[in-house]
Amino acid sequence: MGHGSGGKLSHELITSLFLRYFGNDKLNELTDSAIADLPECKLAFTTDSYVVDPVFFPGGNIGNLAISGTVNDLAVSGAVPLYLSASFIIEEGFDMEQLEEIVASMRDEAGRADIQIITGDTKVVRKGQCDKIFINTSGIGIIEKNAGHISGGKLAGPGDKIFVSGYLGDHAMAVLSARNELNISSNVTSDVAPLNQLIKSITNTGAIHYMRDITRGGLATILSELVQKRDFGVYILEKDIPMREEVLGFCELLGFDPLYLANEGKVMMVVDNEHAEEILYILRQHPLGKHAAVIGELVSEKPGRAVIESLTGGTRIINMLSGEQLPRIC
Amino acid sequence: MRFIDEFRDKDIIDRLLRQIHNISVKEISIMEICGGHTMAIRKYGIPSLLPPNIHLISGPGCPVCVTSRAYIDNAITIANQPDVIFTTYGDLIRVPGSTSSMEEAKASGADIRIVYSTLDALEMARQNPDKKIVFAGIGFETTTPSSAVAILQAAKENVDNFFIYSAHKVMPPAMKALINEGIPINGYIGPGHVSTITGTDMYKPLVEKYGVSVVISGFEPVDILQSILMLVRQFEKNKPAVEIQYRRIVRPQGNPKARELTEQVFGPRGDWWRGLGDLPDSGMKIRGEYELFDAENHFNIKNRIAKDPSACLCGEVLKGLKSPEECTLYKKVCTPSNPVGACMVSSEGACQAYYRYANDE
Repeated sequence: MGHGSGGKLSHELITSLFLRYFGNDKLNELTDSAIADLPECKLAFTTDSYVVDPVFFPGGNIGNLAISGTVNDLAVSGAVPLYLSASFIIEEGFDMEQLEEIVASMRDEAGRADIQIITGDTKVVRKGQCDKIFINTSGIGIIEKNAGHISGGKLAGPGDKIFVSGYLGDHAMAVLSARNELNISSNVTSDVAPLNQLIKSITNTGAIHYMRDITRGGLATILSELVQKRDFGVYILEKDIPMREEVLGFCELLGFDPLYLANEGKVMMVVDNEHAEEILYILRQHPLGKHAAVIGELVSEKPGRAVIESLTGGTRIINMLSGEQLPRIC
Repeated sequence: MRFIDEFRDKDIIDRLLRQIHNISVKEISIMEICGGHTMAIRKYGIPSLLPPNIHLISGPGCPVCVTSRAYIDNAITIANQPDVIFTTYGDLIRVPGSTSSMEEAKASGADIRIVYSTLDALEMARQNPDKKIVFAGIGFETTTPSSAVAILQAAKENVDNFFIYSAHKVMPPAMKALINEGIPINGYIGPGHVSTITGTDMYKPLVEKYGVSVVISGFEPVDILQSILMLVRQFEKNKPAVEIQYRRIVRPQGNPKARELTEQVFGPRGDWWRGLGDLPDSGMKIRGEYELFDAENHFNIKNRIAKDPSACLCGEVLKGLKSPEECTLYKKVCTPSNPVGACMVSSEGACQAYYRYANDE
């Protein structure tokens, strides 16, 4: 891959690669802006940049991550994701076949999520100006009926149940083991997945009071954020948090706290207690929600605090992650 | 998880707690001196389960926390030399030196890499014969043997580009120093993995001379509660002794082979502990016979003392005289992402353990 200035080279890249994989009636126009009709609606709009190292990891790569991540940000806001943009910053010398693999996985992921990529951009920069490849995706979606309250969480209150949609920490473990510094091999693959279908299956129940995808910073970070400046607290039970044996073992070995591990295909939900069983049933019908679990509830005691009851029955406060988790010496 | 779940079993924990509540009458101060214990105690919310007359104090058990500022300064000086790859355990890179941390030095271009064992660093030396690979040898009796093995192996293979910068330390001088400082300690939760190497003999003077109980403990909640129960029992009966709770790992004689290897490569010297100052015979220096592998020798490192910042209470916290909350910097200026003192740096440090696992009170 050579360093281009927007001439012939990038035109070739766009037609021979991006259009081939992403092509649709809006993108094919190659106009300066994509033009799309929207019904009268409330719009959700989000953007995120992806710089994951390594670019390929067990279960995915930077490409499908860039699709799922943005789709999930829309979905947890109560929106039906419609369109995405995709911008690439590529380091000179990056392998063309790898780029194609990334683009192909983006197409597949977009198909899974049932969304279209309707605009984009590519820049190739000199060696050292970026690390292999960075991708930015922005997305727009339409807020579903009766779902406008979800992103602000204003209906959340004491008695509501806290759900997670499945095993936590798989993505962190897959990426860390792929970095090859640890000499740890495992069969755990990243959980990267678009959650919009799973989420759509329950938003129309009206029982979802709040939702967040559990990404960097892990469950601990979003629970701490949930209670900030609110008149309720969070109380969760460590024993009820779904975690794979391998991931727990990995945490034991390195001294990591599983509550802070990153995920790319998991959602935390606050659900009206009356509908909790129904929601759990629906979630578990979906392949991405098979291991969904209720891990705790919102409580009126200790407002502003997220508390976890450990396996011993002792309790402690959950704080946000500051800095990266570092492996411990002993 | 097998061999772990058993030691987190709620029924056993409840039974131990009932016994502790039943027999504990007198006010008792128990210090844990291993960072792994500090972490587990906070993580499992153990203080919230104990009767109010049992006071847990965090001692200086984290090797990262007690590493001096001068050591970090020197490590950065070495790392900044051309052709050097400086290797270290992860949590040391955030420890502040006099002017910066290794993490900052790395960001400004020094080749500093995280490794997971001494032997990884040795392997790096074999793979990069044109580079000098320096390993930050920190830790107590537990990690010194692996540094010794790496040096012996390097000597055997004639690897001439491998160096260890030793800050290895031994535990007993610090345990004595804490008592001599006048800190009221009735019992020590003894370090589990250190004792795997040392055995129990080294704790006997503490019992005989100072009347302090020592129970060598494992790291799971059942281990820690059982150790607390054993300490309380000794204290209530007024019969201090050295006992091993962590029997599945620790033998009274320790690991003579590992001690022999350590002896062969390392000898004692005075060393500077962050917060505690200079403690005689508390450090481990690479012996003259192996000076070719000694980074201090190769890079001509002389100054081994740099004073701690004055507002930081790390020293008092490490000694167990103050709790992290009593420090004016704690949570305001000093946080895990911007640590002032080393107690906030390591996940095993008392301040970070408090920060992350604040008791739910």
